[in-house]
Amino acid sequence: MSNDTVIRIRGARLIDPYQGLEAPDADIRILNGRVLASQEGQQYPEEVIDARGLWVVPRLIDMHVHFREPGQTWKENIETGSQAAAHGGITAVAAMPNTSPVIDSPELVEWEAKRARDLGLVRLYPVGAITVGSEGQELADLYRMQAAGARAFSDDGQPVMSSQMMRAALSYSTTLRTPIINHAEDKSLSRGASVHEGRPAARLGLAGVPETAESAMVWRDVLLAALTGGRLHVAHVSAMDSIDALAWAQHRHLSVTAEATPHHLLLTDEALTAWGYNPVTKVNPPLRPEASRQALVTAVQKGLIGVLASDHAPHHQDDKARPYPDAPFGISGLETILGGLVTALIQPGLMTPMNALKLLTTGPDGVLGLGCQGLAPGQPADLTLIDPGHVWTVDPDCFYSMGRNTPLQGMALTGQARAAMVNGRWVMREGEVLSS
Amino acid sequence: MLDLLQSAQRLKQDLLEAPVKKSAALRGQAFVNLFFEPSTRTKNSFELAGKYLGADVINFQGKGSSVEKGETLYDTALNLEAMGVDLVVVRHQASGVPEDLARYLSVPVVNAGDGFHEHPTQGLLDLMTVWERNPHLDSLHLVIVGDILHSRVARSDLWGFSAMGARVTLVGPPSLLPTALAVPNVSLTTDFDAALADADVVQVLRIQKERQSMAGMPSVEEYRLRWGLTAARAKQLGPSAVILHPGPQNRGVEIDTPVMADPRAHILGQVENGVAVRMAVLDRLMGGDHE
Repeated sequence: MSNDTVIRIRGARLIDPYQGLEAPDADIRILNGRVLASQEGQQYPEEVIDARGLWVVPRLIDMHVHFREPGQTWKENIETGSQAAAHGGITAVAAMPNTSPVIDSPELVEWEAKRARDLGLVRLYPVGAITVGSEGQELADLYRMQAAGARAFSDDGQPVMSSQMMRAALSYSTTLRTPIINHAEDKSLSRGASVHEGRPAARLGLAGVPETAESAMVWRDVLLAALTGGRLHVAHVSAMDSIDALAWAQHRHLSVTAEATPHHLLLTDEALTAWGYNPVTKVNPPLRPEASRQALVTAVQKGLIGVLASDHAPHHQDDKARPYPDAPFGISGLETILGGLVTALIQPGLMTPMNALKLLTTGPDGVLGLGCQGLAPGQPADLTLIDPGHVWTVDPDCFYSMGRNTPLQGMALTGQARAAMVNGRWVMREGEVLSS
Repeated sequence: MLDLLQSAQRLKQDLLEAPVKKSAALRGQAFVNLFFEPSTRTKNSFELAGKYLGADVINFQGKGSSVEKGETLYDTALNLEAMGVDLVVVRHQASGVPEDLARYLSVPVVNAGDGFHEHPTQGLLDLMTVWERNPHLDSLHLVIVGDILHSRVARSDLWGFSAMGARVTLVGPPSLLPTALAVPNVSLTTDFDAALADADVVQVLRIQKERQSMAGMPSVEEYRLRWGLTAARAKQLGPSAVILHPGPQNRGVEIDTPVMADPRAHILGQVENGVAVRMAVLDRLMGGDHE
C-alpha cells in the first residue's frame, strides 16, 4: 500500500462504542493511518474493501495478557503474542509485568513498549509492577514507570497479600490516576490447590480452593479503595461474593472496576469431568460451578463488570505435560476472546452487540485512561472486521500463540475476526497475520 | 468387581495357601513397579503377586532414577514400555498420574495409589476381606474414620462399597470432611460414637502426618479421644463386626494396641488379600485366555 492510496471499507455495519455510534452501511476511508472525514482526500486513488455482512469495530482492547518476554520466551514472546492478538482481531493489549525480570522499572516499561511498537502488530500498553520484583516488599517506582508509559500497575500472578502494601498502592493511585489491578487470592486459603473446591475436585482427588480465597480479598481491596479513594481494578472475577463486593463499591461510588474472562463466562468446573487430569482446565482463578458462572454473566449484563479480558497466559506444552497438581496455571486466550464474547453474550441474546462490545472497547479504555475516540475523523485507524455469524471450531494448532492450551479446544464458537488494522495498516486478513 | 473378588479368592486358595507358591500363568510376562512415593506394603504385595504367578518384575524408585535427573515421568514410562514391559504399576503423589500415563502408553496401567484420588487395589482387598466373611455386601454399613479429605483409601472404599450397595458413613474432624463427597447412600458426620452404633465394618484410616499441611488437624490426644478406635469404642461393636486398617498403624493414635489383637480385626487378613487381589488384577490384565 503506497502512502497516497485511500483504503475504503464499504458495506459493513459500524458498531463504535467510543462514539456511541451504530450505522448499518458504513463507509470508512483511511489514509496515512488515520480516518478521513467524508470530504477529505477525494483526490487519491482508492482500494475498496467490500465488507458487506461484517461488523467494523474500532480498537478492541484486551487488558489482561501475558507475553512472557523477557525471560520466558519458550512460552511466548512479544512477537508471537502480538501475532496472536492480530489473529484474534485484538488491536490493543495491556501486558502484565510478571516476566523475568519483572517489569518494575521505567527502563523495562520503555523497552517493552518499543519492542511492540517496532513490530507494529498491536498497540501494547505496559502494566508495571506494584512492588519491586512483584515480591510484595517495597513499592516500585510507580511515578517514573507511569511517565515511561505504564498504564496500570499490578503484581498479577501474585496477589498483594499485605493489606498495608495494598493500602499504600491504592493511595498512590489517587495521584497517579492509574488503576491498581489486583489478582485477588488469599494464598493461605489456596495453598496447594489447583481447582475449584467442589464436587468434580472431590471426585478427582484434586486439592480445591474455595471461592472465599478470591472474594475475601476482593472485599478487602474494595474496603481499602473506600479508605483511600484509590482506583482499584479487580482482575478476572470468578466468585459470587466478589460480585457483591463490586455492587457495594458501586453503591458507594468508589473507583472500582472489574473484568471477567471468556472462560469463566463459558465454562464451569464440570469441564474437569470432561477433561479429566488434562491440565488444559488448570487456570487461576479456577473454573467455578454453574451458579457462579450465571452470577458472573448477570454481573456483566448489569454493568458491574465492565471489561472482558482473556488473561492470555500461554505455556509450553512440556510445562503443561506435568501431572495436574504440578502443571502451571494458565491458558491461551487471545485467539478465542472475540468468539467467546459473541458466543457467551451476543448470540444467546443476553446483550446487544453495542453493549457487549463495550467490554472490549470503552470498558478497558476507561479503566486504563486511554481516551480512544473510535473511528471519528482524524483518529488513528485501529479497527477489526468481524463476521458475527461465522461458526468455527477452536483448534489450538491454528493459533499464532506459542501456547496451545485451552479448555475451549474443540468447542464451536460463533463470531470471528476476518481482518484487523492497526494505525491504518492491515495486521491480519482472512486469518493470516501480516508482518510489517 | 465380584468377578475379580472370585478370581482373587480362587488364586488365594490355589496358590497363596498352597505349599508351592508358583504358577506359570504369567510366565514370560514382565511388569514394572513404578513407585514415586515411598511404599513397602503395596510395592512388595504387587511384586510377590507377580512372582507367584510367574511374571518377571522390576522395581523402579523415583529417587536416584532418571526422573531425578530431569526426565519427565512420561518419558520414563515410554522408555520402560520400549524395553518390553507388559504392564505398569504406578504409585504417585499427584492425583491423576496413572490415568495420564494410560493415555501415553499402550500397555495396561495399574493404579497403586495416586495423590488423594484413589487406591483401587486397596479398595478391592478391603471388599474381599469383608465379603469373605459376609457375602451380603448390600446389607452392610461401612464406617470410614480419619482424614477423609486427604485419603485415597477412603475414596476407593467409598466407590467400591457403595457400588456393591453398602451404606457408607464418613467420619472425621470437621476440617477434614469434604462435603462435596456426599452422594446417595453416603453420609458425613463428625460423631464417631453415633456412627459406630450400627456399624458392620469400620475402616480406620492412618493419620498421615507427612501429607499436606496439617492445618485443621487436632492434636494427637484430641484426635484419639474423638476419632481413635479405642478399646472402649471397640466394645460398642457387635460380635460379627469387621475392623480394618490399611496400615501402617500409629498404635495409640487412630487405633489402640488391644484393638489390633481383637478377633474382629482382620488387618493381617487384609495384607494377605492384598496379594490375592493383585494377583487377580495382574492375571486379568496380563494373562491370556487360560483358565
